[in-house]
Formats: sequence, structure tokens, C-alpha cells
Amino acid sequence: MIPAPRFTDDVAALPTHKFGPSSLTWWGIIGFMIIEGVFFALAFAAYFFLMGHEQGWPPEGRQAPNLLWGTLFLVVILLSEIPNSMIKRAAKERDVPTIRALMPVIIGIGGVLLIIRGFEFKNLNCRWTDDAYSSIVWAILFLHTTHIVTDWGDTIVLWALMMTDVGWEGRRLVDTDENCLYWRYVWLLWIPVYLLVYWVPRL
Amino acid sequence: MTELERVKEEDERLARERKKIVRDGPKLTGAKLEARLERTWRRPPGIVGWLATVDHKEIGRRYIVTALLFLAAGGVLALLMRLQLARPDSNLISAQRYNELFTMHGSTMMFLFAVPVMEGVAVFIIPLMLGTRSTAFPRLNAFSYYMYLFGGLMLWIAFALNIGPDIGWFAYTPLSGPQFSPGKRADIWAQMITFTEVSALAAAVVLVCTILKTRAPGMTLSRMPLFAWAMLVVAVMIIFSMPAVALCSSMLISDRLVGTNFYNAYEHGDALLWQHLFWFFGHPEVYIIFLPATGFVSVITETFCRRPIFAYPVVVLALISTGILAFGLWVHHMFATGLPRVGYSFYTSASMTVAIPTGLQIFCWLATIWDGRPRFQVPMLYVVGFIITFVIGGLSGVIIASVPLDLQLHDTYFIVAHFHYVLIGGAVFPLLGILTYWYPKITGRMMSETLGKIGFWMLFLGFQLTFFPMHFSGLLGMPRRVYTYPAGLGLELPNLLSTVGAFVVATAVVLFVVNGLWSVYRGVPAPPNPWGAASLEWATISPPPPYNFAHIPVVETRTPLWDSAGELPVVSGLRVDEKEILLTTVVAAAPDLREPVPAASLWPFIAACAVGVLFVSSIFSPWAVVFGAIPSAIAAAAWFWPKDLRRHPEPVIT
Repeated sequence: MIPAPRFTDDVAALPTHKFGPSSLTWWGIIGFMIIEGVFFALAFAAYFFLMGHEQGWPPEGRQAPNLLWGTLFLVVILLSEIPNSMIKRAAKERDVPTIRALMPVIIGIGGVLLIIRGFEFKNLNCRWTDDAYSSIVWAILFLHTTHIVTDWGDTIVLWALMMTDVGWEGRRLVDTDENCLYWRYVWLLWIPVYLLVYWVPRL
Repeated sequence: MTELERVKEEDERLARERKKIVRDGPKLTGAKLEARLERTWRRPPGIVGWLATVDHKEIGRRYIVTALLFLAAGGVLALLMRLQLARPDSNLISAQRYNELFTMHGSTMMFLFAVPVMEGVAVFIIPLMLGTRSTAFPRLNAFSYYMYLFGGLMLWIAFALNIGPDIGWFAYTPLSGPQFSPGKRADIWAQMITFTEVSALAAAVVLVCTILKTRAPGMTLSRMPLFAWAMLVVAVMIIFSMPAVALCSSMLISDRLVGTNFYNAYEHGDALLWQHLFWFFGHPEVYIIFLPATGFVSVITETFCRRPIFAYPVVVLALISTGILAFGLWVHHMFATGLPRVGYSFYTSASMTVAIPTGLQIFCWLATIWDGRPRFQVPMLYVVGFIITFVIGGLSGVIIASVPLDLQLHDTYFIVAHFHYVLIGGAVFPLLGILTYWYPKITGRMMSETLGKIGFWMLFLGFQLTFFPMHFSGLLGMPRRVYTYPAGLGLELPNLLSTVGAFVVATAVVLFVVNGLWSVYRGVPAPPNPWGAASLEWATISPPPPYNFAHIPVVETRTPLWDSAGELPVVSGLRVDEKEILLTTVVAAAPDLREPVPAASLWPFIAACAVGVLFVSSIFSPWAVVFGAIPSAIAAAAWFWPKDLRRHPEPVIT
């Protein structure tokens, strides 16, 4: 038989949202961050594996990617942390008007970044079909681009949602907070990718 | 009125309404509560409801049934291969068809049976074991099932259309590259990988979050059932290992489709890059299949020996250390490629080291049996079969961890014998044991004990007859993946024995299926706790109602049902008019939050269809990635977007 219930605590007074590791989506996001991080780590490993076979790097006859656009990308993405931090703080303070005003800024920055990325591809000084070096460089930059595009897409959807009445709900503020956390991860990851793509061939 | 004032008024109104929400408790319990929860938690009716369900029990059942169908299909391929190999110089099956058969057999068993069936069992049972009502992210869970199903269907439809892969389950480059495998066979294989990896990664995140955040109050990490520990380790391993195979198979597709040169030696690529990336996934994969099975063994041993598992902390530490060590072994699959000497020594010692935690677990089970009062019913028989068979396979594993022997035995039937001993003995035996064990929870009826015992003995003996002789064919030098062998080398007898054994195994599996089907209709109705077990999945009726538990149980010991003396401590206060679960803290499992559970939704299914179209069409054109992304993104946005944009007194996910 099913054992009879013996009532202990009542959980009705518990909250229905909290910021940070109490929230379920925080753990989900950490999970997906790790997955993406492993993708990058393995792509880096493949890069160094291929590099180990060569006498020079980039291989003879190739030029390292031009620095300008990649560095510009780095500067813009680092600056994006300013509005990102402001949105994150606004989410914790339930300052919905600020969130609504600043999210378009971050979306705009995302758009600018994607344009810069187009120029980056043009300035890699190789095509993916040229040799293994070119293939892995393109692959890493492509991987990072999908990373930016997906976050850009879901920031747009979240912004649209924050413009509605439910934007005032606590759980949506947690979503906003976690979206900012994710964006931090995106720009943090760009730093090693940038160093790898642009500076390792110059060492 | 400004918006801020309007929001403030709205907040006050919602706070007043919040007080009227109906919750479970001493005043709302028993049949009245159950009727209300049933109304709240049951899924919408009809085919739409069937596709939209987010009930972990339904999704888990589908996972298990689908994986068993793939097991049967993969098994039929094995029988065909055994028929071909029954006699020397046989012309029953052509070399090309044989290549397809072993490729399909291996790929099906690894990607479409072994991993998904473990996830399926976990998705079904873990929330029940943890004393909650749903997995975390149930829509993601549904999406993961559909991705798996579509990937499996794609592979088998391609096989039926005669464009099935023929490159082995590990698809080594350069054989699988554009030069040596023109056509689409290799792409089908590589894209099946993408489907199943997306599915497995999604399920892994679901399981990690479920295990860390939804445990019953009081179920601290040190009171967690060992199967949950095993699945936690496995899910983390999936998260760290599966990106490797998804990455290398995407690189393979791009070599084949858009002319990259990752594996092309002429343009400074390297075929060994494939092997490193593949085995960085492939070796953990073995433990991803094996560790859930050790969880099954712990569960069964505890129940049927009527004693808590011996040295619980040792078993947990063994699980974790196996999980970590599994990432340091991959190169032992590559001994024959030529390595630096230090590489040989390192990976040999790492491979031997993994025997230590595995051995510790085996000693803990033996000690539990020794000190307990074992009942040798069918699930326990499978545990005994497991221990014997797995130890043999484990020992042959230690043998081939040694490089000189491995170089001799690499790619021979000795290896085939070894990994079938560890995978069938190590994973399939415990799986059949646990399916017998949890069958009453899944269906509400018991399986036939007599048929189960006959099936077990046929399987156990048939298995030894099939695979033990393969050690000898291997030692005699018979290579794997070759469609025939000449007469007069002494290979006739071991091969004939293997074929006879394979048919005995197949008969035993048919018997298991017959028992399973027959018992759904004719089995003895199961009480809530037919085996007298200790964990929470037995604290509810069989099969459980859509809401699993009327009240969320509280856990005070490691074996709650043995220590509860007829009554179970519970918490109250969850709402009954909307789906809600309790979240607890990660280590101590103290009540933390109340969490709404998403309503049933068609969008995960639609998203899986959209992503499926993207994956299949990107076999043919790189532009599919761009154009296919649009419907996928729309489906994903619609999945997330609330269907009801009013504010509610307490959050709901519509």
C-alpha cells in the first residue's frame, strides 16, 4: 500500500523566482555554456594538432589574418558589457523601463558585430578550401558566429517579451538576468578565440 | 495613470488573488486531492495531445520502446552477419552488403539503442526516484526524444533505400572522406550523429538539472539513490564528450560538402585528427553506456538482498572517478596508429587504472550479496549474469590495455569478443534486469517469472556460446569487418558455435519481448511496491498517475520506504490548479522555490521537425544551414513565447 502522508512543512510561502543558482534555468544555461565551451576547446585542440604538423604558422605561403576588424570586434564586444551590466542590474531591481530602453542598444551592438564579422571573414587572408589551416580558422570563426547569432536571436525575442505586460513578472526578470549572464560568456569566449585566430599566427 | 502606477495596482490585485489559490495540505488530501491533480496534470486528449505531451513518463516510455525496436533491428543485422559467417567462403551476403550490415549494426546499437535506452529509463524513473512530478525542462525533454526518433528513422530509411552507410560505426577517415566514399552514404551516417548528439545533449542537461534541483526535500546528495548518482555522472560525461563527435562529424560533412581539408592529408590535414576527436567521445561513450547499468545493478542488489548497498560512499566515488578516468583513455583505441613511447605507457596505465574503481564497485555488490539475504528472482539473476560476464570482459580489457598484445589483437575477433562481453554483459544484462524490475512501475503489471527465468538462462548461456569462441577466432587471427574467411585455418568451429549461440540469444530476446507484451495484458496486477524496495518510485501506485505523488515526499534516510513504518513524511502547499513542482537546494535539498511546469505544447515537436529538415537537407546543400535556420528559429521562439500574455497571480508556463 502507499504509505499514509505525515505532514511536515508547508512550502506555500516559498517564492516562485530567485536570481542565480537557485533558479532552474540558471543551471540549464550553465549546462549549455559548458557544451559550447567544449566545442570551442576541441576546435582549439584541433587547431593546435594541425599546427604541430607544420614548420611555420601560418603555413608557408599564407599570411596571418589582418588585425583591424578582429580587434574592432574585440573593442565593440568589450564595450557592450556596459549596457549589459546596466540591464543586469535593472533586472535585479525590477527596473523594467530601463531594461526596455537598453535592450535595443545591445541588439544594435549585436547587429554591428555581425557586420564586423563579415569583414573579418573577408580579411582572414585565406579561403576555407585552401588547406587545413584555412579550414580550421574558418571553422572557429564560423562557430563563434553561430554563437553570436543565436544569442542575438534570443535577445530579440526576449526584448519583444519584455515590452509586454509579462515583462513585469519576476521570472521574466530572471530570464533577462540570465540572458545578460550568457552575453558575458559570449564576450569572454571571444578573447581566447581572438588571440588564437589573430595572434597565435603572429607568435 | 502612469505605467508604474498601473503596475503597482496590478501587483496588489495579483497579491490578493494569490491568497485564493488552492493548495494541497491536511485539508485537501486523499481522493479529493487526487481528482483535482489528475485534472491539472493530465495531457490534452487525441493525437495532438499525444504529440504535445511533456509527461516524463510518456516520453521515457517512448524512448524505451523506440530504443528496443532499434535493438531488435540491429539484432536482426547481427543474425544476418552470423549466417554469413557460419561457413567459410560463404556467398550468402556480398562484401558491400556486409560492410553496410556491420556499419548499421554498430551505429544502431551505439547511437540508437544503448545511449537512448539508458536516457529513456532515466527520464522515466529519475523524477519518481527523486520524489518529484516532472523533469526539469519537460519540453526540451520532448524535443530530445523527437530528435532521436528522426535521426534513427533517417538512418534506417536510407538503409532501406540502399544508401545506408558502409564505413563502420566509427567512420574512419580517409575511408569516409570524399575521395574514398563518394555518394551520400557517409553523410547519412554523419548526420545521424548530429541528430543523436543534439538529442543526447538536450537529455543530459534535462537530467543534470532534474537531479540537482528537483530532489525531494531532505534527499541530500549523500542520500540520493545510486542510480541517480550514476545518471548524474553520465549526464555530465555526455556534456563533456558528445560535442567531440558532433564536431568531428560536422568537419567530415564539411570536408565532403564544401571542400574543407580537415582530414585531407594532401592539403596538410590529418586523418588521425578524426581518430582523436572521435575517440575523445568514443571512449567516454562506453562508460556512458556502462555506468547507468552499474546504477541498475546497485538498485537491484539492494532490493533483492534486503540490505542497503555496502559502502555507499565508495560506490559513489567509484562512479565519479570512472567518469573522470574515462576521459584519459581514448588513445588506447589508437595504439596501432603509432604513438610516442610515453604515450603508450601513459594510456596503458590509465586503461589499467580504470579497473580499480570498477573493481571496487564489484566488491561492494559482492559484499552486499554476502551480507544480505538474496532472493534470486529474475532481476537478481541478471545481476549475477552481469557480474560473471562483465568480469570476464573486464579482464580481457586489462589484457589488451597492454600495447604489445593490443598490436597483435587489434582489429581481430578478440576485440569483438571483449567489447560484447563488456557491453552486453555490462549493460544489456543489467538493462533487461532493470526493465523486469521497473516493468510493474511502467505498466502496472508484473512480468512472468517463469518465462523470465527461462529467458535469462537462454540469454546467459547463448551469450557465452556466441562470444566466448570469438576469443579463439581472434587469437587465430580472424580480422573484424571482413565478410568471409577461407576454410582450413581452424576458424570453422568457433564461427559455427558463434552462429548457433547468436540464434539462442535471439530466441531469448524474443522470449523477453513475448513476456513483455503478454504481461501488459495478462500479467498479475502490481501493487505499489511489489519487490519491497526502499526508494521513492515505489511510494506511489503502479503505474503512477500523471502527477506522480499526491504530496511531495520528504526524505530522512537513504532508504526511505524501509525506514518509514507505514507513513511517509510529506510537505504540503503546492498548488493544485496549475502544474507546479518544488525545487530544492543542490547539496542539502532544502526547499528553495516553487516552480511552474510548462503546459503540453506542440512546439517541441514542430521545432524537431524544422531542425530535422535542416539537418537532412544540409546533407545536400550548405545553404540549407542558412534557410533551415529560419523555421527552426521561429519554432524555438514560439516554444518559448507565452501563449497567454496576461499576468497571473503566480507564474504559469503556457
